[in-house]
Amino acid sequence: MRMIPAYPVRSVLVLLAPCLVLSLWLGMPSLVHPATPEEIGLKIATEASARDDGFGNFTATQAMVLRNKQGQESRRQLRVKVLEVTDDGDKSLMVFDEPRDVKGTALLTHAHKQEADDQWLYLPALKRVKRISSSNRSGSFMGSEFSYEDLSAPEVEKYTYRYLRDEPCGKLTCTVCERFPVDKKASGYSRQVVWQDKDELRTWKVEYYDRKDSHLKTLTIGNYTQHLDRYWRAGEMTMVNHLTGKSTVLNWAAYQFRTKLKERDFSKTGLKRAR
Amino acid sequence: MRDGAARYALALTTIWLAASVLAVEAHAEIEFAAWELSGRVSLESRYFPRTGIDPSHQSSNTNGFVLEPKLYVEDVEGRSVTVLPFFRYDSADPVRTHWDLREAYVLLFGELGENEWEVRLGADRVFWGVTESQHLVDIVNQIDFLEHPNGKVKLGQPMVHVTWTADWGVLEFFGLPYHRPRIFPGQGGRLRFAGLLDNERVEYQSGAEEWHPDFAARYSHSFGPLDIGVSVFDGTSREATLVCVPPACNPREISDLSNVLIPYYAQIRQFGLDAQLTLGAWLFKLEAMHRSGERNALGLQQESNATELRGIGFEDILGLYREEEYVAAVVGGEYTFYSVFGSTADIGLLAEWNYDERGRQALPRRQPLTLDNDFFFGALLAFNDVESTEIKVAFLTDASRATRTLAAEFDRRLSDQWSLHVESSSILSMDPDDIQWVGRRDSFFEFHLEYNF
Repeated sequence: MRMIPAYPVRSVLVLLAPCLVLSLWLGMPSLVHPATPEEIGLKIATEASARDDGFGNFTATQAMVLRNKQGQESRRQLRVKVLEVTDDGDKSLMVFDEPRDVKGTALLTHAHKQEADDQWLYLPALKRVKRISSSNRSGSFMGSEFSYEDLSAPEVEKYTYRYLRDEPCGKLTCTVCERFPVDKKASGYSRQVVWQDKDELRTWKVEYYDRKDSHLKTLTIGNYTQHLDRYWRAGEMTMVNHLTGKSTVLNWAAYQFRTKLKERDFSKTGLKRAR
Repeated sequence: MRDGAARYALALTTIWLAASVLAVEAHAEIEFAAWELSGRVSLESRYFPRTGIDPSHQSSNTNGFVLEPKLYVEDVEGRSVTVLPFFRYDSADPVRTHWDLREAYVLLFGELGENEWEVRLGADRVFWGVTESQHLVDIVNQIDFLEHPNGKVKLGQPMVHVTWTADWGVLEFFGLPYHRPRIFPGQGGRLRFAGLLDNERVEYQSGAEEWHPDFAARYSHSFGPLDIGVSVFDGTSREATLVCVPPACNPREISDLSNVLIPYYAQIRQFGLDAQLTLGAWLFKLEAMHRSGERNALGLQQESNATELRGIGFEDILGLYREEEYVAAVVGGEYTFYSVFGSTADIGLLAEWNYDERGRQALPRRQPLTLDNDFFFGALLAFNDVESTEIKVAFLTDASRATRTLAAEFDRRLSDQWSLHVESSSILSMDPDDIQWVGRRDSFFEFHLEYNF
């Protein structure tokens, strides 16, 4: 009768169980067969998205400087409110302050993971709320080099992924992954190449390839700040269009997390209150 | 310029403002969080290539400007006060030189369990509807017909507007204690599609006249891709019956230039429906309404011919205008081609059909068409450039008569604060039997140079 070892073995198992489950979930494929680049890519995207869970809501301001090839500048100023929705895409409200002729115009988006987003535009001159098509994801946002697609949070389900390599990015080490839109018609791109650091999974660079697979735009992101000791948010985003030589610098500021925002502020009634 | 209407609106709004500010004050200390002054100044010019029907009074061009500042004050709880006055100066028509309090309201809102309530007290503008060729069910506000014949610009309306927002939709109630009559261009003004109106003598069916309490309600909700609204309005019509009373007007010669008609506002009830289905780049739209109590606009010429005209008064003439129930509808769609030909530009194509049971006696919200059986075709070219350059073209054609109009608009931002608007509105042809025949020579070009602050 060798009773004594039984206890330690079981307790070790109990202790290890969560780790095993976790490593089975994350690492199982590597035990059975080497993880495919697609699996690694999906894992990174899923983990990056999971790290942003629970932020609740936030508000911020966006200031854009649009530059053409000759260096002429034009400005955009807007306020952004975002509400986290569990099990679906987030809800967001953008209100324009500049240019002044569109002041008070507001865009309400109910993003969805699977189906097309719902969008309503508020036109203050007519006090009209207009449901608009959300299939214009590849169109320019306010004449800038950003498209609606570039500015919306990339829902994990909207892409398939492929891990390419690790490489240094500044002082950090980045994973380099490709992502491909699931709904090819809904995207302006055939693929995107994304650089994310291994420590915090923050995105530092994205290269956009158009439908003919030529390198159209490059986005570089910097000045990250951390909020509530957890959530990283970009401070500066620079989009360069290699085809036209135009660029847009988007500066985020005045981040505030877990404000008094409620679900009701993201309704059509709330949209009419935006100003 | 009808000062009376403006004075009433101002007085009323002041009462509302005072009452609601006091109500708020009684409950809580107000701590102001933000205030903002914005608005626009617009230099405008209209040019009419053809002389008008009344060349001794009307001129072929008019210049002027618009001032529209907006003051917004918000407290820490999100409650706010908005004041938005409007002033237009017009060089040709003293009536078109007018001012209005477009908005002057207190906005309060809060939670009630899972739901939300919102109250707007004061003068405000409310928009209902989905279609582009006309806003058929939109009835809360009177239109500012002096601004543009397309009926899109609206006068402020004193109201108590209560909104209830819940999971099952949005329910709104409107108490409308005061009626704003539509003001028509004066003798020096063009675009007098219905002839000359007596803005000083306004007749009401209700003994309470403009103080008749009107009510409206609307339920709206989004079901996935479908946005739907059902509305009801009970009270003073926003559209006038134009009554031809001798001796100021000769019913036998309805298109006589010297005729001065009297606007009459009946008590009506309107049920409205508006719906839009948004599927990818397609928008499918429907507006429909049923109205009772309206005495129909113009016409009935034969009946008035048969009547002995000497010595009869307003009531006798009014008796000739039949009270008719009727239905009207707009149905159509819009499709947008995004990023056409590899550029950043979008092209939107629109088509709508307008129906009105009253036929050619329908005096519509927008002019100069009767919109009884009319097709609308539109195109919108949005360049999506830094200047937000846009070109819009709209063609309206009567399916059964030879009345056709073509309108084009061009918009471009010149800098962060200046922008340019150019438009043309052409009457390609008009049927002589159309009730708006007097406006047949009033095609025009319009220019705005706008400064936004």
